[in-house]
Amino acid sequence: MVVEINGKAEEIPGSVVLDALNAKQIDPQMVAVELNDTLIERDHLGSTPLQPGDRLEFLFYMGGGR
Amino acid sequence: MNFTDEQITRYSRHILLPEVGGKGQKKIAQARILIVGAGGLGSPAALYLAAAGVGTLGLIDNDVVDLSNLQRQVIHHTPDVGRPKVVSAKEKIQALNPDVNVVLHEERFMAANALNLVRDYSVVIDGVDNFSAKFLINDACYFAEKPLVHGGILRFDGRVSTIIPKQSACYRCVFNGPPPPGLVASCQEAGVLGVLAGVIGTIQATDALKLILGIGRPLTDRMLDFDARNMRFREIPVKRNPRCPLCGAHPTVTELIDHEQATCELRPPVAAAHGNEP
Ligand SMILES: [Zn+2]
Repeated sequence: MVVEINGKAEEIPGSVVLDALNAKQIDPQMVAVELNDTLIERDHLGSTPLQPGDRLEFLFYMGGGR
Repeated sequence: MNFTDEQITRYSRHILLPEVGGKGQKKIAQARILIVGAGGLGSPAALYLAAAGVGTLGLIDNDVVDLSNLQRQVIHHTPDVGRPKVVSAKEKIQALNPDVNVVLHEERFMAANALNLVRDYSVVIDGVDNFSAKFLINDACYFAEKPLVHGGILRFDGRVSTIIPKQSACYRCVFNGPPPPGLVASCQEAGVLGVLAGVIGTIQATDALKLILGIGRPLTDRMLDFDARNMRFREIPVKRNPRCPLCGAHPTVTELIDHEQATCELRPPVAAAHGNEP
């Protein structure tokens, strides 16, 4: 299905949020995930369903500053 | 306090703003801002806050200036290589604006000293390069109830977010805790387009000044992500998380801790193929 990932429409396989991470080869420990502006707890990624048109936000850690 | 004629001239472009005026400029003169890290983000933040006439600027850093810092840490100049960053920064601040009282903390920001350091200030700016310190700053500001302007830069990307403890989402509301150490590369390996420090550090200084002045809407409950490659800003709304380990309903982080790793980046590996399901 087509969902919006970080503002960009993308075709991803599967039906839950974790499928989108797997498709993008993203380790769940490396991101905070928002679905339609709501944070999804890491242990709920595999049980949270995705609908076409959903907005996913993968927030990566950004640690630099020096 | 009353401004001298010279100060009225110096700050005239502020005073001309109805939202600032003489009254606002006095608030700036009475403000105490702590900058943790006198490096990439701390450099522009310190310079602009000094120019703005912030009464007291605290600087925390225990590092010395390295030649590889000069590509982005604009408060330090070539002759400063090898000198303590806080000393180098203080000289530039005072040359720019002698009105500013600069307080130097030549030490590492650690669990043991964090609360005492932030307690004396009205706003804190995060200019550190590792997750351990970023989480520690977030936690210390929460316990001390100090507004924090968070920032991060990496490669061609930057992020800013403001946290008002107990009112808006904190760093842990979004990122529960530091990433697992094995997944991250070190800052030295990562690289950053130097000017990113200027973009993000200056936005941090802007929000800090707004907090001092009490004007506008701070960058709370959202993360402002900057993508220099595509020259695009994106605002990601975030919310206070009832399950936040720090500011949630049942906190598990109840005291300050020093996390171990000193890493600064976390990025997904480049995807090898599409539709690669395990
Ligand atoms: Zn929180």
